[in-house]
Amino acid sequence: MATVPATPRRSIWQRIPVIHQFQQSVGLQRGMLVGGLVLTGIFVLTAAFASLLAPYGFSQLKDASGAFDAQQPPSAKHLLGTTVGGYDVLSRVIWGSQTAILVIVVSIVLSIFAGVLLGLVSGYIGGWLDRVLVVVCDAIYAFPTLLLAIVMSIVISGGQSNLLGGIFSAAISITVVFIPQYFRVVRAETVRIKSEAFVESAKVLGASRGRIMFRHILRNATRTLPLIFTLNASEAILTLAGLGFLGFGIEPTSAAEWGYDLNKAISDVTSGIWWTSVFPGVAIVLVVLGITLVGESLNDLADPRLRTRRRAIGIPTMGTESIVPGGSPSALGIGAVARIDEPEARS
Amino acid sequence: MSGLAKGELAVEIADLTVTFATDGGDVRAVDGVSLFVNAGEVLAIVGESGSGKTVTAKTILGLLPETATTSGAVLLGRDNVISISRSRLREIRGSGVAMVFQEPSTALNPVYAVGWQIAEGLRAHGDYTRSQAKAKAIEILTKVGIPDAKKRVDYYPHQFSGGQKQRVVIAMALVLDPELIVADEPTTALDVTVHAEILDLLRRCRDEFGTAIVLITHNMGVVADLADRVAVMYEGKVVEQADVTDLFNDPQHPYTKRLLAAVPYIGAGTLRTQERAAERSLTARETLVVAENLVIEYPGRFGRHGFRAVDGVSFEIGEREVLGLVGESGSGKTTIGRAIAGLTKISGGSLKVLGHEMLGTNEKSFTPLRSQIGFVFQDPATSFNPLMTIAECVAEPLVVHGRADDARAARSRVDELLEAVQLPKAFGDRYPHELSGGQRQRASLARAIALQPKLLVADEPTSALDVSVQARVLELFAELQREFGFAALFISHDLAVVDLLADRIAVLYRGELVEEGTGAEVLGSPRHPYTRRLLASLPVPNPEEQAVRREELRRLRELD
Repeated sequence: MATVPATPRRSIWQRIPVIHQFQQSVGLQRGMLVGGLVLTGIFVLTAAFASLLAPYGFSQLKDASGAFDAQQPPSAKHLLGTTVGGYDVLSRVIWGSQTAILVIVVSIVLSIFAGVLLGLVSGYIGGWLDRVLVVVCDAIYAFPTLLLAIVMSIVISGGQSNLLGGIFSAAISITVVFIPQYFRVVRAETVRIKSEAFVESAKVLGASRGRIMFRHILRNATRTLPLIFTLNASEAILTLAGLGFLGFGIEPTSAAEWGYDLNKAISDVTSGIWWTSVFPGVAIVLVVLGITLVGESLNDLADPRLRTRRRAIGIPTMGTESIVPGGSPSALGIGAVARIDEPEARS
Repeated sequence: MSGLAKGELAVEIADLTVTFATDGGDVRAVDGVSLFVNAGEVLAIVGESGSGKTVTAKTILGLLPETATTSGAVLLGRDNVISISRSRLREIRGSGVAMVFQEPSTALNPVYAVGWQIAEGLRAHGDYTRSQAKAKAIEILTKVGIPDAKKRVDYYPHQFSGGQKQRVVIAMALVLDPELIVADEPTTALDVTVHAEILDLLRRCRDEFGTAIVLITHNMGVVADLADRVAVMYEGKVVEQADVTDLFNDPQHPYTKRLLAAVPYIGAGTLRTQERAAERSLTARETLVVAENLVIEYPGRFGRHGFRAVDGVSFEIGEREVLGLVGESGSGKTTIGRAIAGLTKISGGSLKVLGHEMLGTNEKSFTPLRSQIGFVFQDPATSFNPLMTIAECVAEPLVVHGRADDARAARSRVDELLEAVQLPKAFGDRYPHELSGGQRQRASLARAIALQPKLLVADEPTSALDVSVQARVLELFAELQREFGFAALFISHDLAVVDLLADRIAVLYRGELVEEGTGAEVLGSPRHPYTRRLLASLPVPNPEEQAVRREELRRLRELD
C-alpha cells in the first residue's frame, strides 16, 4: 500500500451551502431553487441599493417642483403613483425592502443564538431543566403568533415609532415566536445525536460535557438550520407586514414599511385606486415566495429520498474505480457502494 | 403446491445489469449477471456487502428504487420482470414470487394482527371472505410451526419472539404458493440458536412445497446448511457458480478461496491461546477487573419492576488477558461491557475496574481512569463524528487527556497509530464516510489504543463487517494485543470469533453466567446445555459436516 491516490475533495467553492445544492439539483427542483434564488437576489440587491434605485426618499412629500399630489395614478413623474398621504409608491416599495431585510436579519440573529444554545443545553443535560424549557416553549408555541407579536411590540416600543425602535420591536417580537422553533429542532437533534456511538465514544474517552456538547454535538445538530432559517425569514416578513397592517408597525416618517402602506391603502381599494395596495402587496408576495422556494428546495435536496437525480446513462463508472483501495468519490454518496477492504494489500 | 414440477425453471436471469444514479456519479451495482433457479432448488448467492447480491434479488421482485436503470432480462415463467407493466408485476408479486426480509421486526406492521397481514396478501390476489382468509392464515401459520395458531393468529407482531416473527414472515411469503421465494439474509438478524430452526423451515418449504428459493447471505455456514447450488458474487459479477459440495471442496476462483479461508471456525484459536498462557505465566499478574455478583437493572416505568439485564455475574480479567464474552442478544453481554466503561450504572454486587469500585461511583472520580480504558464500538459507521477527520478523531483521546494541545500537535502520534493499525497516514485527512467499514474499524482500534490503555473493551467489533474483512480486523486485534499487551473484554455473539482471540470464554445466558473456562474447556467439553446448544447451532462451512451437526442439534433439541 505504497501509493494512495488522494480523494478528490469538493473545493471550498462547492461546499458553500447553496452553491453545493445548486449543483446537486436537477429538473423541477433546480427550477424551484433558481426561481427562489433569483427573487431573493433581487430582494437583497434592492435593499442594498435602495438609495440609488429609489427616485425619492421614503418620507419625501415634496421636491423642487412642489408638494406631491395625493393619490396620483402612475405617471412619468411617479412611476407607480402616489399614496393617500402623498408619498411616492415606487420609492416606498423600494425602501420597504430595506426595512424588511433589517427585520429579518435582526430577528434571526437574535433567535438563532438563543434558540440553538437553549436547545443544545436542554437536549443534552435533560432532567428538570429540559422539562421546564419544553413547557415554556410549548406555551409560547401554543400562543397565536401575531397576538404575541402585538403584545411584545407594545411592551418593547411602548408607542415609540422611530426606525430603530420600530425595527427592534418588530424583530424582538418575532424572535420570541421563533426561539421555540430553533429550540425544538436543535433539541430533537441533540437528543438523537446524544445516543449515537460517537458521543458515547467521546464519553468513554473522558471528554468533558462542554467539549461533547460544542465539539461533537453542535455541528451535527445544526444541519437543518438553513432550512428553518429560510422558512422563518419569510415568516418574519409576514409578521412584520401583519404588525404594520394592524397599526403596530413603523411610522412612515421613520421608515418605509409594506404592511403600513397596505393598511393606509384599504380605503383606496373601494374607490378604484389600485396602485397604492397592489405594489406593496406584490412586493410581500414575491419576497415571501422567493425565500420560501429557496427553503423548500433546500429541504428537498437535503433529503436523499426526495432529491431527484439525473437518470443513470448506463455507462459503468464504478467497475475500475472500486479496485482503488479505500474510497472514491462514489463513496461520498448514500452508502450504495461499500467496497472491498483491499484484502490483498497488506503492507 | 407450487405450480411447477421439480426441475422446471423457476427464474432465469440473463445478462442483468443495474446502474444506480448517485450523487457521486453512476454506479454499476450489478454487471452482466446470468443465473437460473429450478423449482425445488435452493440457490445461494453469497458475497460481501456491495457485491450486488441484494440488488440482484430485488430485481427479481421489481423492487429497485427509481434511481436504478436496468438492462437484461429476468424471466419468471413468460414474464420479463424488467419490462412488464406495473399491474402485471403486482399480480406476480406474492403469487409468483415472494420475499422474506432480513429483519422480521420491521417487515411486519406493528399495528395489525399477523393474521390480518397474511390475509392482506390473500385479498390482494383473489376473492376471500374474512373467515376464509382467516382459516387460510391459521392453516399456513400451523404449517410454519407456530404453536396454537388458532389463537395466535390474532396476536400482534410484538407478542412473538424474533424467530417466530421470521416464521410469520415466511408464512406470509408462502401463503399464495409462489414458485419462488427470495430470502434476503433470513437469519442474519436472529440469534444463532434460532438460525437452525429457520433454516429447517426454509428447507421444508423447498421439500414440501416444491418452492424454489434464492437465498442471499454472507454466512458460508448458512450456505453449507441449506443451499443446493451457490453463486459467488464479487463487485457486481458472478465469479463462480457451482454445486454446494463442489464449491466447498474445490473452490475455483481465487476470491471464493479467500472467502472460504476467511471463515473463522472453532478450534482455530487453541494453539495460540496456549502460547499466550505460557507467556503470561512467566510474569506476575495483576487483576484489572473483578466482578462479584454483579447486578445491572434498567429501571422500569411507573412503579413497574425494572428489567434485570445482568444477574449475579462474577468474573475477573487479569493483566494481558483476553476474556471472550459470548451470548445471544438480550443476554446482557453489551451491558457488562458498558458498565466496565462507565457508560451504564450498576445496581448491585461489586464491579472493580482498575481498582475503582463502580457501585455508587460518580463520573468525576472515574474520569482519571478513563485514559486507561479503551473502547471499540460495534458499528464503525456511527462511532466517529462525521464532521471530523480521522486524524482529529484519533487525536481526540490525546487532546482530552492533555497529551496534546490540539489535533495538529498530535498528528505525528496519530500517524504512528494509524500505521500500527495498518492504515496509510494519508487516511488521517479523510472523513469517516470516505473509509470502508473495515478501515473505519481499524481507525477505531487506533483511537482505542491511543493512550496505551491497560484495558480494552471491544463490543462486537466485527459483527458489522464482512467475513474477509472480519478476518483481517481480528488478526490485527490479536497483533495489537501482543504488541501493546492490553487486557481485553471481547464481546461477541459468534463463538468461533471469540475462540480465535480469547484466553478464557464466558457464556452468558439471560443475564447469568452459565459457563466460564478456557477455550478448550468451554468449546471442547461444554457442561451447560445452553453452551452445547449454542455450539451445535453454529453452522460450519462444510456441507457434509453440517449435515451431521444438524442431526446432532435435532437430537439435542429433542432432549430439552
